[in-house]
Amino acid sequence: MNVLLADSFAERGARERAQGLLDPQTYRELLGPFERVSSPYLAAQSVVPQSDDGVVVARGTLGGVRACVIATDGRFLGGSIGEIGGAKIAGALELSRRDAERGAPTRTVLALDTGGIRLQEANLGILAVSEISDAIVALRELVPVVALIAGRVGVYGGLSLSTALCSQIIVSEGARIGLNGPDVVETESGIEELDSSDRPLIWRVMGGRRRYDQGFATDFVDDDVGAIREAVLHAFERPRELGPLVAPPFPNPRLERNEFLRAMGIEP
Amino acid sequence: MIETLTYRYDANAPVARRAHVGVVASGNCEILLEPAGDSQASVVVRTSVTGYADTWKAVLARFFERNPIAANVEINDFGATPAVVALRLEQALETAQ
Repeated sequence: MNVLLADSFAERGARERAQGLLDPQTYRELLGPFERVSSPYLAAQSVVPQSDDGVVVARGTLGGVRACVIATDGRFLGGSIGEIGGAKIAGALELSRRDAERGAPTRTVLALDTGGIRLQEANLGILAVSEISDAIVALRELVPVVALIAGRVGVYGGLSLSTALCSQIIVSEGARIGLNGPDVVETESGIEELDSSDRPLIWRVMGGRRRYDQGFATDFVDDDVGAIREAVLHAFERPRELGPLVAPPFPNPRLERNEFLRAMGIEP
Repeated sequence: MIETLTYRYDANAPVARRAHVGVVASGNCEILLEPAGDSQASVVVRTSVTGYADTWKAVLARFFERNPIAANVEINDFGATPAVVALRLEQALETAQ
């Protein structure tokens, strides 16, 4: 792939990602920035809020079929999920479920790029993740729910659990999937186990390629808007089965680096 | 603390439509620009970097001197430099025309 000619998905903002996935000229945003539905909690904590709370919900068509793309913006507070953004995601999933129940199935894509729950809105974020997960489980009984993890952050924290609930999971090489992020692992278990500044190591442990090989994702894509759109269409038209999970159970909470890697099934 | 700054300018040029550009990310800012009814421009800046009111005033005065647009502008700032703010304003104006 020629990196100079590629139309990188990861380098786009959430809104431009959603526009790149939906059929041209069909993009219509729900609760967009001018509705000014943003976090009421951040300013009190000296954090400037964003007008869409970092979540874009877009309706349109995908391959000519009614669709909803939900995209989080990893650039705003790490794509973290607070009360408002979480409610936008859960509400969009709920809309898709109602559509499916009345015989108008909606192709629903969760284009997640998030570090997880927003610390400034702690309990409300946790509640939001449970509502989102609940909505995914209800929706996937009726129609496929596709998770697309192809941003610069990847997916961590509570929403990594929600991702695992989706019927199809598409991942790119640059993205990462994990419950605890590298900084958290380093803080909790020590730098002897995981040095969060060691980028090659991080991608070997939780990078997109690794997660696909382990059976955590149904498809692996290049970081290119056209290729990713094709993969998303493919996920709805010809869903894939998850391969067998090859990740071994994790034995011990505190390990030295090489032991840690062996526990992850990686030769140091 | 967040600092909120407001500015007003005389204006005579209409804008065609609203525009949303940028992102509240490190060294960046988000701008919402909407056509205003009267012949005035109003700007509200919310920033987490306090103590730069004079710099904001200079950057905004220069922009509205060159582009006397009747618009309501909202800026959510996360430490954008004056050059980034000026470029975002130009981008918002281009999108709104």
